[in-house]
Amino acid sequence: MAAIEVHNLSKCYGGVRALDSVSFAVERGELFGLIGPDGAGKTTLFRLLATLLNADEGVATVDGFDIKSDYRAIRSRVGYMPGRFSLYPDLSVEENLRFFAALFGVTIEESYDLIAPIYKQIEPFRTRRAGKLSGGMKQKLALSCALIHRPSVLFLDEPTTGVDAVSRSEFWDMLAGLKKRGITILVSTPYMDEASRCDRIALCNEGHILGIDTPEGIVRGFDKKLYGIGAKNMYALLERARRADGVEDCYPFGEKHHLVADEGFDKGRFKALLSDVEGLEIVEAEPTIEDMFIKLMKR
Amino acid sequence: MMRGNFLSFVKKESLHILRDKRTMLIVMLIPVVLMILFGFAISTEVNNVNVAVVAAERSDGVRDAVERLSHNEYFTFKGYIAQDKIDSYLRSGKVGAVVVFAADYDRCAELAKQGVEEKPIIQLIVDASNVNTAGSATAYLQGVLLGTASEQAMFETRMLFNPQMKSAYNFVPGIMGLIFILVCAMMTSVSIVREKEVGTMEVLLVSPVRPVKIIFAKMIPYFAISCIVLVMILLLARYLLDVPMTGGVGGIFSLSLLYLVLSLSLGLLVSTIATTQMAALLISAMVMMMPILMLSGMLFPIENLPKFFQVVSNIVPARWYIDAVRKMMIQGLPLVAVWENCVILLGMTVALLGVSLKKFNDKLE
Repeated sequence: MAAIEVHNLSKCYGGVRALDSVSFAVERGELFGLIGPDGAGKTTLFRLLATLLNADEGVATVDGFDIKSDYRAIRSRVGYMPGRFSLYPDLSVEENLRFFAALFGVTIEESYDLIAPIYKQIEPFRTRRAGKLSGGMKQKLALSCALIHRPSVLFLDEPTTGVDAVSRSEFWDMLAGLKKRGITILVSTPYMDEASRCDRIALCNEGHILGIDTPEGIVRGFDKKLYGIGAKNMYALLERARRADGVEDCYPFGEKHHLVADEGFDKGRFKALLSDVEGLEIVEAEPTIEDMFIKLMKR
Repeated sequence: MMRGNFLSFVKKESLHILRDKRTMLIVMLIPVVLMILFGFAISTEVNNVNVAVVAAERSDGVRDAVERLSHNEYFTFKGYIAQDKIDSYLRSGKVGAVVVFAADYDRCAELAKQGVEEKPIIQLIVDASNVNTAGSATAYLQGVLLGTASEQAMFETRMLFNPQMKSAYNFVPGIMGLIFILVCAMMTSVSIVREKEVGTMEVLLVSPVRPVKIIFAKMIPYFAISCIVLVMILLLARYLLDVPMTGGVGGIFSLSLLYLVLSLSLGLLVSTIATTQMAALLISAMVMMMPILMLSGMLFPIENLPKFFQVVSNIVPARWYIDAVRKMMIQGLPLVAVWENCVILLGMTVALLGVSLKKFNDKLE
């Protein structure tokens, strides 16, 4: 049985369908990423799976337990780290950890081997108030607290949002370490570049899952030719390129615009058509998960 | 194991309170400040009222009455003044009351004693810019003047239990009724709602511990603080304000403990309704403080309220508590004598606790 199974799960807030008939499964020991912008329904999904909300439709199991009827069993075997910092800022690092250990009826010592790779980094600051930690350290403490009872499934809702690039990378290294210990991890992030650190990802938007695959599989699914184009006046270029023949889509992508070529697109002809554009350049580009996301979103 | 984690919740909650020094200080200071404020500064009692006397002739009867006045610690005799000075003395605030004796005061009194003539008339002119003080000053002044055994009273008023009408006696139970709601209800509701607002409630819920347990652990430190405050208030009342408490401190204490539990339940109920600390604070202030100030008999006697509010006041717990504490503190009744109030408060506690526990959700919606 999969660690997490979700069938047609739906949740409405008032008239808004935050989650619309979502289905997926996460295997045991898998690092599964939910990738999508704000408002995609990621947090709602986490709260449903963490048994904090009741689903309107559909069923789901976590570690074999139904989220509705067995929610007490789920609560003692998952580790949950909500999107915002949810520790006590007025308690010290160690007091926070001790409290969460007591909450689950364990001691820090019993779980020390599991949290050590993470907790050791903040242990020198154990008498510091949690509210005075840096963003990266807060996340490490929160993760240590979420792991204190050796959960079989870990829910991490946007753990790297608001954390600097170095800490973000470190954080993903830590998740890889936890995965090795057999913990199933469901993690969400709005950063597409982090998706490649997951075993499999689900692209989410507006309550729907657009596609589920390995990061490589998702990119492979991009079956059109992709170009990166640039010019002095990037905005004018975007307008012109969108109107050109054989261009399926063109959108800003970092410093360049990405141009998705339709059948019948010819690089030479495109250059000739836009010959009056100052500083025009066009090179072939490798599709990324973000390109795939944009493509799926527009479909 | 489970007992262990209950204690660690209590410890955690105590740490929150102890680390928030400002709030802690306020909670400890407010009762003292209120007691001193209501006990001394804001008072409707007759204290140091300056009295002048107008008398055409300083006869024996007049001198006798003046003697009584100047020996009374609540009045200060400011001397004899002329009839036409009354207005200016009162206006300038030099005196708070003027006693006017008729010219033939002694003779009338003598004749009245023999039953020949009407009783002598003493005129009291009182500065009523402060209605409360004026009212009690008049009453007490009459008491002092008519107490002259040789004279026959025109009417007899006897103030029982609190003859000097010391306002502190009246205010102490009111302050108690207010403070415990403040400490217990407001602070617990804010502390529970803070967990919701900050997001820690989410993490607490996704754990094997039942929320009810977390909530009760939260209440214990506030209960302890309230007990300290209660002892402080009782000590201040007894030794600073000289409230008699002849009914026994044990009864007052037991009743107060019940009231503390009731306040805690009220706080719990507020926390199930409010989603932000600000909302919790406002609900506590509007829904709890205002009725206590207005409808509990703390400031205004319930009998003086419009009929509608008299009925409404029945559901204000503080009304029953303050009433019972007054009876025990000032009238010196034992706890059994206020059993009706106890039963009502107990019923309210059970109902509040029941409703809030039922309303308390272990999910986010």
